[in-house]
Amino acid sequence: MSSGVAEKTQTTIGGIRRTFAPWTDPSAVHLIRYRNVTKRFGSFTAVDDLSLDIYEREFFALLGPSGCGKTTLMRMLAGFEEPTSGQITLAGEDLVGTPPYRRPVNMMFQSYALFPHMSVWDNIAFGLKQDGMGKPDIAVRVEEMLRLVKLEAFARRKPHQLSGGQRQRVALARSLAKRPKVLLLDEPLGALDKKLREETQFELMDIQMKLGMTFLIVTHDQEEAMTVADRIAVMDHGKLIQVAPPAVIYEQPASRYVAGFVGDVNLMAGRVESNQNGLVTVRTGSGGDSAGMRLAVAQEVQTGAGDEVWVAVRPEKVRVDREPPADTNVNCVSGEVWDIGYLGDLSVYHIELADGTRVKAVRPNLTRMVERPITWEDKVWVSWTPDAGVVLTR
Amino acid sequence: MRKGFSAFNVTALVLGFTFLYVPILLLVIYSFNASRLVTVWGGFSTEWYWKLLENDQLLDAAWVTLRVAFISASVATVLGTLAAIALTRYGRFTGRTLFSGMIYAPLVMPDVITGLSLLLLFVAVNFDRGFWTITLAHITFTMCFVCVVVQSRLVTFDRSLEEAALDLGCPPLRTFFVITLPIILPAVVSGWMLAFTLSLDDLVIASFTTGPGATTLPMRIYSQVRLGVTPEINAICTILIAIVTVVVVSASIVTKRQEIERQKAERLAAAGVME
Repeated sequence: MSSGVAEKTQTTIGGIRRTFAPWTDPSAVHLIRYRNVTKRFGSFTAVDDLSLDIYEREFFALLGPSGCGKTTLMRMLAGFEEPTSGQITLAGEDLVGTPPYRRPVNMMFQSYALFPHMSVWDNIAFGLKQDGMGKPDIAVRVEEMLRLVKLEAFARRKPHQLSGGQRQRVALARSLAKRPKVLLLDEPLGALDKKLREETQFELMDIQMKLGMTFLIVTHDQEEAMTVADRIAVMDHGKLIQVAPPAVIYEQPASRYVAGFVGDVNLMAGRVESNQNGLVTVRTGSGGDSAGMRLAVAQEVQTGAGDEVWVAVRPEKVRVDREPPADTNVNCVSGEVWDIGYLGDLSVYHIELADGTRVKAVRPNLTRMVERPITWEDKVWVSWTPDAGVVLTR
Repeated sequence: MRKGFSAFNVTALVLGFTFLYVPILLLVIYSFNASRLVTVWGGFSTEWYWKLLENDQLLDAAWVTLRVAFISASVATVLGTLAAIALTRYGRFTGRTLFSGMIYAPLVMPDVITGLSLLLLFVAVNFDRGFWTITLAHITFTMCFVCVVVQSRLVTFDRSLEEAALDLGCPPLRTFFVITLPIILPAVVSGWMLAFTLSLDDLVIASFTTGPGATTLPMRIYSQVRLGVTPEINAICTILIAIVTVVVVSASIVTKRQEIERQKAERLAAAGVME
């Protein structure tokens, strides 16, 4: 690739991926490009005039509720659906009209779609045989794939003799065997239980980095998307709502929809009082100036006095104290504990403020205590720092 | 609630089975009768089976029947499978309801009407009646049975298997032969066996569509019985029963085994934990 494409490197600290952000680099060349793609099924518009670039070696997630068009978007890349209008290119080549069996793209199916009458070995070798690869080469590649997914001992088994997790890995190996330019993953972990799913997420990231391939994953599980992806596209009604790295999606959601879909959020409607020097002041409620709370948000945002906005605060960023905090008086309101959810590692507090709004706060349980200091119907103070909240204009 | 044998259940069972199997049992027993008289037991003998071997008329008829059954079952299986695929796959084409209704119609159509209409057709197009007209008629009426059997399998067929094959670079026609067909094969085989037995014991349609020189076994038996039941007839009928039993039982074993296999796979999937 050109020198403009940043190399995906691993920092030594905790293995966190950094410095991989080709989407910020104007000279980077896209691998996949959707241009004004629309797909209609009868009168239903599944994908609506959508444009999107995906870069080489990216782990890209399409996230959204069922029926938002994310699967259709992926199936158009695989060739199972043709766009009603628009263009899809892969490495500069127009894909529209190319049948699925001639596209350098492979897909891992939600149902795994393993061929029940073939052994694990034959399933993995299937795609290679279609390419007319020589027998010795096929054997080498299949062995390599079996090693990659740690299934060397199961090569001769039939799919129905495997557990769900093993089948998932056979499906992965089969779709990787041809070294496609892009691997498509359609809800790949949906059938696994929670623990196995979390393990497999890390395995997927590991494999993707090892092979240096481009992965496109479709999921409705926001945690999964957050864990594996370099960038997430949040979709709704056939449109992209926001395309950004997980941390941006979470900390600076583009809209109330994104804020609510990814993670938990406290939303407070209000009007802007002032916006200067990177500090926005919002008066909540729709009444006059005296009513409602005054909230401060440290954020650069295009909005002026009088605009209708929403302040979003993540529950884990809300502090709960029994006494008014001495160190601050911004974003600080009194309320009453309405309900507590004890999750072991965390406790979730639902606090009713004087004006009736309920605020959710999540606090880690840092010490071993059966009796929590804050309990039902306690008078408490909730507060958050100006850089904890975010102003949403839509 | 106890699921044991109540007096009522036992009586119903015995009555039902008596009704079904006593006539057949009598026929089988009398085929081993040493006496020439059909209704008088004269001791055990396999004489009539040996006599059969000398009866050229019956043997000819048996040979015609087997050939008709084999050819018509094979052609009907191909056509019925194709029809089943069209009906399950191309969900919303114009005239789908009409087409699927038409494929089921011969299932409930009286044989006499099927036979008569085919006869009229063959006369109208001036087709010499004989072996091939019977075969064509049998293809027509057994095809819909094959279609129904294969269709019931295709409804539960996971389309993503075919998509996976396409995705891995396998063109559509090859996908059908290496993926779809092997998976639905048990249904196709039991469809063939059903068509084979239906053709084997058809009397009405064969009588309508036959011509000189092509007499099937059921037709031969029927015409001989009009002159009186001979122990030879009992013997050939016993053989027919044996053939049909073997075919039907193996067809049901094929289906059953497939079912067990699937349930086992599902159980494994349900208990699907790693390693």
